[in-house]
This record gives sequence, C-alpha cells and structure tokens, in this order.
Amino acid sequence: MTEPLLALHQVSCHFQRNNEDLAAVDGVSLSIRAGEVLGLVGESGSGKSTLGRIIAGLQRPSHGTLRFNGAVLPEKLQRRRAGQIQMVFQDSYASLNPRMTIGDSLTEPLLARGERRSVIHQRQGYWLERVGLGARFAQRYPHELSGGQRQRVGIARAFLCEPQLVVCDEAVSALDVSVQAQILALLREIQSDLGTAMVFITHDLAVLGGLADRIAVMYLGELLELAPCWQLLNTPAHPYTQQLLAAHPEPTLDRNKVQVIAPRTTELPLPLSTDVGCRFADRCPYALEACRQTPPWLKAQAEGRAVACHRSDDIAGVAPAG
Amino acid sequence: MSVVAIEHLQLALSGNQVLREVSFSLEEGECRALVGESGSGKSLTAMCLLGLAPPNAVLNAEQFSVMGQPLPAQGHRDWRGWRGRRIAMIFQNPMTALSPTRTIGAQLSECFRLHRNMDRRQARAESAALLERLAIPRAEQRLSQYPFEFSGGMLQRVMIALAVACRPKLLIADEPTTALDVTVQAEVLALLRELQHEQGTSLLFISHDLGVVANIADTVSVMYAGETVESASVASLLRHPAHPYSEALQAAMPRLHSREITVAIPGSPPDMRGTIHGCAFAPRCKHRMAICEDSPPLLISPRGAGVRCWRWHPDYPERWRLQHD
Repeated sequence: MTEPLLALHQVSCHFQRNNEDLAAVDGVSLSIRAGEVLGLVGESGSGKSTLGRIIAGLQRPSHGTLRFNGAVLPEKLQRRRAGQIQMVFQDSYASLNPRMTIGDSLTEPLLARGERRSVIHQRQGYWLERVGLGARFAQRYPHELSGGQRQRVGIARAFLCEPQLVVCDEAVSALDVSVQAQILALLREIQSDLGTAMVFITHDLAVLGGLADRIAVMYLGELLELAPCWQLLNTPAHPYTQQLLAAHPEPTLDRNKVQVIAPRTTELPLPLSTDVGCRFADRCPYALEACRQTPPWLKAQAEGRAVACHRSDDIAGVAPAG
Repeated sequence: MSVVAIEHLQLALSGNQVLREVSFSLEEGECRALVGESGSGKSLTAMCLLGLAPPNAVLNAEQFSVMGQPLPAQGHRDWRGWRGRRIAMIFQNPMTALSPTRTIGAQLSECFRLHRNMDRRQARAESAALLERLAIPRAEQRLSQYPFEFSGGMLQRVMIALAVACRPKLLIADEPTTALDVTVQAEVLALLRELQHEQGTSLLFISHDLGVVANIADTVSVMYAGETVESASVASLLRHPAHPYSEALQAAMPRLHSREITVAIPGSPPDMRGTIHGCAFAPRCKHRMAICEDSPPLLISPRGAGVRCWRWHPDYPERWRLQHD
C-alpha cells in the first residue's frame, strides 16, 4: 500500500478551562490519501474545527504526530508547509484583509514563496478567471463583494499555490442555498482537475453526498465512525451517525421521518480528559453498563469502514433510522 | 377571518424599493413559511408586522391587517398594544436578542408583569413553569442565570418562552433554528409544532431551508427580490413548484441520499438599488420569454398555487411559444 498523503497518529488537543482539562480532540488517528476528499462531520463542540486547524498547522496538538508525505511535520506552521497545505475559512469577510485589494490578497501567498513578478501577475489573473470572478476584481476591496464572491476569492487564494491538501472549514455554511450550490460545484471541479486532496469540515451531512470520498464523524473530540461516503449515508453503523442522519431535515413530505430519537434534556457535556467510557453513552439508545466503563476503540470493519462502538455488531442488524 | 392579511405591501428605504409586491394571508392555527434568500425581503416583511421597519421606510399597502384590524403606522406608540400580547417574535440569534446584563428570570418575568399584570412572585412562578414546559432542566435555578450561561439550544428555548408567554395569536419565527445543530434543531422544531397546536397560534415561519419548511409548515410563500413569487401548500410546492425560482431553489438544496452535486442557479439576485423592470427572475430563468419584459400578474396555476409567472397565463402556450423558440 502506498504511503498516505497525510497520516494523523493519536492526535489530541487539550484546552484548560475553569481548572478543567478539556480534550477538544482526543486520540484521533486517520489518514488522507492523495487526491481524496475526506468529509469531517460533527456538531458544534465536536472538535472538527480544531482538528482542521491542527492539520493546517494553525493549532499545535498536545499529543500525537502528523506525517505529511511520510515526513513528520514540525509542530508550528512553516512557510514550506503553507505552500502544501492551505485552508478555506467559513467567514470569508474575516479571513480577507479589509484594507487590501483582492488582487493583493491573492499575490500575498505567492510573494511569500518568492515567485517572480510576471508569474504572480499571470497566476492571479488566471485564478480570478478560474473561480468565475474575472480580472477586474483584482482592484476591488472585500466589502464591495457579496458573500459568494468573497468565498470564491478564498478558494482562489487557497488553490493558487497548487497545494497538495486544502482544508475547508464550513466553507459553504454561511451561504444561501443557490450560492452554496455554485460554490460546491466550483470546489469539486477545481479539486478533481488538480487532484488536490481535501478535508471538508461541515455540520451538514447533505453537502457531502456529491463531494466526499469518505466521511469521518466526530463527537466530543473523538472519531466515532469513518466510512466511504455512500456507505455512511445509507447504512450508518454508529448510533450517533444514525441520529445525525435522522435529525437532518430533508425536503420531503414524510413528516414523521424527522424525529428526535433521544430527546436531550441535558446540555451537551464537555469532553473532560478524565472521562471514562464511551462519551456518547448518555445519548445512546443502545448503551449498556459496559459502555460507561470502557471507551470503545475505532475498529476496522468490512468495506473500509471503522466504527468506535462496543455494540456495533448487535446494532448492525437494526434498520438504520433516516 | 384570516389572522394576517397582506395585500400589495410595498416598502421603500431611502428611495430604493426593497419590498415591491408582498401578498399573503395566514389563517388561524396555520403555519406559513416565508422562504427566500438573503435580501429577498422576508425578514423585513416580518419587521413590518411588528411595527419595527427602519424609521426612513415608506410603507404602502392595499391591505395590511392582523385579525381583521388594520395595523398602526410603523413606529407608532399604539404598537405597544399589539406586540407581545397579540403578535410576538422569535429572533434568529437569542444571544443578541436577550440582554446580557439581566438574568433570564428578570427578562421572562418582565413579560408577565407588563402584559398580564402579575406581581413579582407570581411572575417568577409562571416563568419557571414555562421553562419547565419547554424542557429546560432545573428551571427554577436557571432563572437566576445569565444568557451566557446557557447553550445555544437552551437559549433558543428561552426565546420561545418569551414569545409564547402571553399566548399571542400570531407568532413570527425568524430563522429560529439556523444557528443550531441538526439534532438540536429537530428538538426545537418539535417543540414549536407542539406549542403551536396546544395554543392554536398562527405561525409565520421565516426560513431559507426548504428541508426545515417541509417539516413544520402547512403553506409556503416564496420570496424573490422583494416579491412573493409563489404561494402554495407545502405539498404542492415540493411536488409541483409552479414558479421557476421555486423549482430552482429546490434543485439547489443538497440532499442526503443523492450522489449528484445539486444544480446551482446561474447568476445572482438583482441589485435592489436600481429599478427592476418586468420579472425580476427573468435574467436567471431558463424559461425566459419575450413577454417577461413586462411584470407578470398574480396568476393561479391549475393546482391552485398563486404564482407570478407568465407561463400560467391562459394564453401562454399558443401565443408565446413561438416568440420563445
């Protein structure tokens, strides 16, 4: 088997809050192959964004190692890494300098790499065209653009250096559906043309259907399920994935479809590093006493699926909700 | 009698026509969704129903009434008799809608004391009972807490509690679940549905998400560029969208069990700073015809949807197809 593009081994990230040790990301191991699109799904507080920032080098992991093309990555973001791993952010306005023209924002990463002026100019023009904006946008400022246009700039800036991996953190979440569809189509087109690997972080499972090769589901800092996109959406194995899918509002007329399996009257707990057992047990309809005692490991199953659940074999026969 | 009757509502902000033609009605106990993208005027329409349009707004309407009574002029002091008691609103972002410096209990009790003339103790007891009804654990203790001590989902329940405290006839919910996770969203939607049936409230539900709309609304009005372009039952809109924009909006929705990337609507909505001639959607419409240079009237599709599109005109195929092809 060939070396994966990026391999995470037991990556954790802890934060201190009110004298408690929170494990925002807790022992996550996964790998991304060259050219692959990995969807990273979870609710707020699941640690998906923190994991994305660790991959992009914007956050230092507390434990664990990242190997990129076989070499262990240094902890801090370095110029060399920036050329190979790029990021597209959710808030396109906050991620562009309001006092720089779009053109200047786009030349910045190339200047940092020491490219020649003629190359920079040509690349900037090419990418403005490529994301559907046109060269005249180079003179404009971020506030003159709509949200969709700004996100196109964000995409151009990320792909400009032709990185091997792009992390998209909720890149389409703030957009209206019609614009969202445009941006998704653009992302997929560029991704498949350049063969760039992508980590696509989102809370909306539905946008992954036409985009991701595999999907990883996170809950309170842990990886609960990792499976090929189609298997995960159609036959979710982990009870949490099943709940997520069942809660997703689909534009269908079958009202009883969307239901809350385990109505939560308590608030989402914090992922304390002192937790024992499965963190999902409190919300899980299948939880046994054993689930509260020992944490489940991510176990490999057939068809490239991996599930962290003590009872995944028992649940497999149950028709998935949703 | 309709709870809300709006006909030909227009609103101009510093000379720009931002609401061009809004018409819909809401019956007793009904839930109507207002669907559209940012800038389509759905939130502005809701603000007008609370008398909260910006001070420089110029409002015009053939009919603009709630429960058969015409509404006061925007910003007029008579609105005090309407807000809270008869019309209430759930805002999208509870963190900014609630005061950060006052406890949840103080903000909830205020509502009972002002509108229902209760004393301090009664109001507090009533507030606790209401929070309990909305499945907030340890309601009594939580009354002494501040908004920052609540999670997003719990805070949205407090917003709902505030809005339904006086059992209004009309409840307006402006994207109440947009900021929430899907599992929490499902809980909040279930709660809203329950309350609506329990109190017989009419609900005006503003959303951009057709998936959410399908789960809560009975009827839908689709807005585009300050205009209600289609009004229909949810079933009719989802199965047989009559307006090309409704159709395109549905095709753009990402679906769970589809391998296809959804179809994007080409182009972008018109700039509301200029005057719009003819059908506002025409430049992006795949059915565009020569006649679309003229504003389409409100027509009725064979399935009963009210729709602003020339394709439903009785003369459509015979007279215009040639021009089109």
